Amino acid sequence: MITAEQKPIQEIIQYIAPYSKILLVGCNECVTVCAAGGRKEVGLLASALHLNHLKQGKNIDIREITLERQCDPEYVEELAPYIDGVDAVVSMACGCGVQTIAARFKKTPVFPAVNTRFMGASVSQGVWSERCKGCGDCVLGITGGICPVARCSKHLFNGPCGGTSNGQCEVSPDIDCAWRLIWERLKELGMESRYEELMEAKDWRPGGAGGPGTIIREDLA
Amino acid sequence: MEHFEPEIVAFCCHYCAYTAADMAGSKRISYPSNVKIIRVPCSGKVDAIHLMKALEKGADGVYVAGCLAGDCHFKNGNVRAEARVNRVRKLLTELGWEPERVAMYNMSAGMGEAFAQVAKEFTETIKKLGPNPGRTGAVDKAAS
Repeated sequence: MITAEQKPIQEIIQYIAPYSKILLVGCNECVTVCAAGGRKEVGLLASALHLNHLKQGKNIDIREITLERQCDPEYVEELAPYIDGVDAVVSMACGCGVQTIAARFKKTPVFPAVNTRFMGASVSQGVWSERCKGCGDCVLGITGGICPVARCSKHLFNGPCGGTSNGQCEVSPDIDCAWRLIWERLKELGMESRYEELMEAKDWRPGGAGGPGTIIREDLA
Repeated sequence: MEHFEPEIVAFCCHYCAYTAADMAGSKRISYPSNVKIIRVPCSGKVDAIHLMKALEKGADGVYVAGCLAGDCHFKNGNVRAEARVNRVRKLLTELGWEPERVAMYNMSAGMGEAFAQVAKEFTETIKKLGPNPGRTGAVDKAAS
């Protein structure tokens, strides 16, 4: 999923300071799962903004709505009946959702309430960890199912650097060395020979270095 | 402020604090009538939004009373409740509200005295803090 964290409340308050009618929009997908911008978080943020305004003796009108998916125009269209009645939109979706709303409603300012972080997996309750960089050319089939792009701090492709220490990364002792994990996994699978195969320099263009990516499925488009 | 009588909401777990309140009543131990009890099946049922909404609707203080550490009827509801209380306290601090308006207490079903003591202590804390800033904010605006 795409993970996100709520922005500092004061940053959100500054965004909406000039406005009195706010449409606060959550998303039922990734940000619900990572507890950053689902229906529950929409309610909590709305309540926090109400408390802030109550203390200042100001009124704020917040309409709460959580869409099935904010990155799909057909769901964003559900905001159309409300958009003329508000001064601004605050989106609790990832950056994709914020931009989909901004593209649809050109006259209404849209502000993000979360910082989009990474594509990650759930490690345990309340803990998410980065697992994919979206490099556009997956190598997990070669590396035992452990990604050296997302999980090696240097995105190395042919074994660990000299900074690995007791199996941990030199960036932080809390980060596992991805190549230690890859080696252990290959050994478990009896596929140590894979480790000897050199990988060529990676073409980073499919992963963003070639400009913003677009996928066109001609059978669907 | 001299005659300020706070409105306090106490979310009390059915298996401990609510029964402790009952125990306090049976033993004729008095506690402040400021405390309005809401019985919940487990303190873990109380979410951050419940605490926030209580303050938003004018409560001067809110607390959650759950089972003693390790004694939750549902294993770890009290631990979850405490984490949520701490989260709300942090949020209140960021908003410029006093975090002491929200608290977590632990007690067993037999601790009637402790229930009354907690009710008294929390009421005193809130009396010192004064009314809900949301209400005073509205008053300040009307006066200006």
